[in-house]
Amino acid sequence: MNMQTDNLKTTRPKRTATEIAIRYGFLALMVGLVIFFSVTTEGFASPYSAVFIFQSVAITGILALGVTATLVVDGFDLSIGSTATSALMLSAYVLVVLEMNAFVAVAACLVMGALVGLINGILIVKFRVPDLLATLGMMFLLIGLQRIPTQGRSIATGMTLPDGRVAEGTFSKAFLALGRHRFDFFIDNLIPVSVIVLLVVGLLVWVFMELTRHGRLMYAIGSNSRAASLAGTNVNRYKVLAYMISGVLASVGGILLAARLGRGDIASGNNLLLDSVAAALIGFAVLGAAKPNAFGTIIGALFIGILLQGLTMMNAPYYTQDFVKGAVLVVALVFTFALSKRGGAH
Amino acid sequence: MKNTAVELVGITKAFGENTVLRGIDLELHAGQVTVLMGANGAGKSTLVKVLCGVHPANAGTIKLYGEAFSPLTPSEAIRSGVVTVHQSINDGVIPDLDVASNLMLDHLAKPGSGFFLNKKKNYAEARKIAAAMALDVDVRQLVSELDLADRQLVAIARAMAHKPKLLILDEPTSSLSATEAKRLFVLLDRLRDSGVAILYISHRMSDIRRISDRIVSMRDGKISGVFEESPLDYEGAVRAMLGHSMTDANIQIQEPGTPIMQMKDIVLQEGATAFSLDLHANEVVAITGLVGSGKSGLANVLFGLSKPHSGEMTLKGAPYNPRSQGQAISAGVFLCPKDRATNAVVQDFDITKNITLPFLARHSLFSFLNFGSEHVTAQNTIADLGIICQSDTDEIGSLSGGNQQKVMVGRWLVEESDLLVLDEPFQGVDIKARRDIGEKIRKTATARATAVMVSEMDEALEIADRIIVMNDQTIVGDHRNENIDLRLVLTQVVGQLNNATGNDEHAN
Repeated sequence: MNMQTDNLKTTRPKRTATEIAIRYGFLALMVGLVIFFSVTTEGFASPYSAVFIFQSVAITGILALGVTATLVVDGFDLSIGSTATSALMLSAYVLVVLEMNAFVAVAACLVMGALVGLINGILIVKFRVPDLLATLGMMFLLIGLQRIPTQGRSIATGMTLPDGRVAEGTFSKAFLALGRHRFDFFIDNLIPVSVIVLLVVGLLVWVFMELTRHGRLMYAIGSNSRAASLAGTNVNRYKVLAYMISGVLASVGGILLAARLGRGDIASGNNLLLDSVAAALIGFAVLGAAKPNAFGTIIGALFIGILLQGLTMMNAPYYTQDFVKGAVLVVALVFTFALSKRGGAH
Repeated sequence: MKNTAVELVGITKAFGENTVLRGIDLELHAGQVTVLMGANGAGKSTLVKVLCGVHPANAGTIKLYGEAFSPLTPSEAIRSGVVTVHQSINDGVIPDLDVASNLMLDHLAKPGSGFFLNKKKNYAEARKIAAAMALDVDVRQLVSELDLADRQLVAIARAMAHKPKLLILDEPTSSLSATEAKRLFVLLDRLRDSGVAILYISHRMSDIRRISDRIVSMRDGKISGVFEESPLDYEGAVRAMLGHSMTDANIQIQEPGTPIMQMKDIVLQEGATAFSLDLHANEVVAITGLVGSGKSGLANVLFGLSKPHSGEMTLKGAPYNPRSQGQAISAGVFLCPKDRATNAVVQDFDITKNITLPFLARHSLFSFLNFGSEHVTAQNTIADLGIICQSDTDEIGSLSGGNQQKVMVGRWLVEESDLLVLDEPFQGVDIKARRDIGEKIRKTATARATAVMVSEMDEALEIADRIIVMNDQTIVGDHRNENIDLRLVLTQVVGQLNNATGNDEHAN
């Protein structure tokens, strides 16, 4: 048997053309798109345009990283969109109605996100509610809940409260900075906070999932939870953790959205759920991973951003956007499931 | 008189550079059970897949009663009369439908069979099919409520509705108990008498002895032996398949060391008889018994998956009451579970990640994984157990069943344990891999206690210093594996069933 081990390095099979296509196809497509838009559209290849793309996908990207965490343990979180809008409304409520400072607003939102994730997790692992149904229920619950304190109205300074008082609080400068401050990067005032947050959160999730044993165990749970459990893993605890990560990241997205808008707008964030789920699923196709992964998720979000920005600059009408996203998602899913190793049986 | 049902000439099949079948010439006769033996990787599953239309052959011809037969899809093979019952029973039945619907499913799926269901007619038709197959079940029962043997029989009955010329059975008894298997064999006898050619794939010697009219051995993608003269030369068949004789499994029985696990007055279920059991260091104990005899229950209790109804356990003198698998593992009790596909294999992981799964903490610092240390552990396990693979980053699914099982066992040999419990470690494993695994388990057993749950007597004899027989949730026999009285052991295994059939020989 020694021969076997000696030969390990040398006998690695060569990659076939299909395998290369699956692995790098999606990235190549993205590079191709960038080149295409740069050549055909004036102004696409500029730092401002790049930053704009990043900014446009930052919040969905952060939410998509949360979805990724739940997908890793073979779960699904439908409540992220409504968790984000709840965080948006909660931060506005804390700032404008309760007249507290930015720090309290951010802390309250993060705690709420963690709590939502905890409840989702408990519903799923303790009460055995299927993940889609539990988080669907939570979605409805949150959509309703966020409207109750203000009787269904948006929150802004000067609004009349149910008890007749006028809300005196304002979105503090510190809070608004989260949405509006831009860092210098070669060019003054270039990179918005949300983009930095996206990159940092993406890096953290990637490190956690790929480099730590907790991430490894979560992938094991996603592939075969029974085997993971019999190998001594506390499956329930990791599942709850995944939903808490998802809830917290969703509330981070909500905070950034509130800071950008500067008011508690009841109608915003409608597209958050679908966009972030799409980004996470497109991520399956990146580098032929065929599984949820942080790097792919961010690439997935960027891909949509690039495509929409390019098309917008080419004067494609705004109402075609959802169609384009849907088409990208379908193509990416074909990449993942039809062409990958799962398709070819031995 | 031999009536050739299927004739294969020069069948070749390669996957990329990997040639799996190298010119198979084989005849299968009507009214005969041909057993196909072969170690994992010998090519028997590929041969079956060629026959049942999953893979087309690269070269060679197949004739079915003289007519050329080269199915491109499984359904085409079925229409031509080649029907396969696969290893996993639930592939052949739909658990949430009743028996009648399962039996009639292919009829219902046929175009032009009417829009509305005629329940009464369905039940009547289904009863007819069931009666023809001597299938004694209520056709209105849900398949999920049936036991495994009945499900298997329903799957075969369904297959028979196609009036097959060739019936292929891929390890049909792998999840059946001995009595359940008996019922299957009775059915197969009837099918054989009705003139069906049967190709039967199995690793179980007892099945092969019971059912085979003819044995074909495969080795390295070729037919290495055909045995059809009565009495069949079983040892020759095994030799042809392995390339060497079976007799080298002789083991040196070890003297037991200090007691490690002491179980006192254990009652597994309410109403069961209490038993006590000591497991010693330097001792491999095989625990055998029929399905439902309590051996899985015992494994579960040892690993903290369930609590005994009453009784005490001590591990190296200290009370042992694990409340979770994690606690059992940190106490030094490891379990290699049965049914690796559902309970052990992480399909998305490569070999390395599968090996290091239970002890990731050893490969990480502040939770950060050390890939180098994982790689070293994987390499050692691969070399130790002779796992045949290209590299330690191969997908686990690319390995043969025997090699996958080596990975699953190897995973628990990486760390030293006080008690290692292996539940059916030889399930769906070829004889070569079984020897390798058994040898490795025995070689590493010096410092720990080892309990191996097996249902096959051959396997127990091959691996154990001591053989314990369970029946009816308790221990009914305890034998040192030396000059063992096999007849007594078998009577103990059968136990109660013997009494029920009017045999007054008591087990103990």
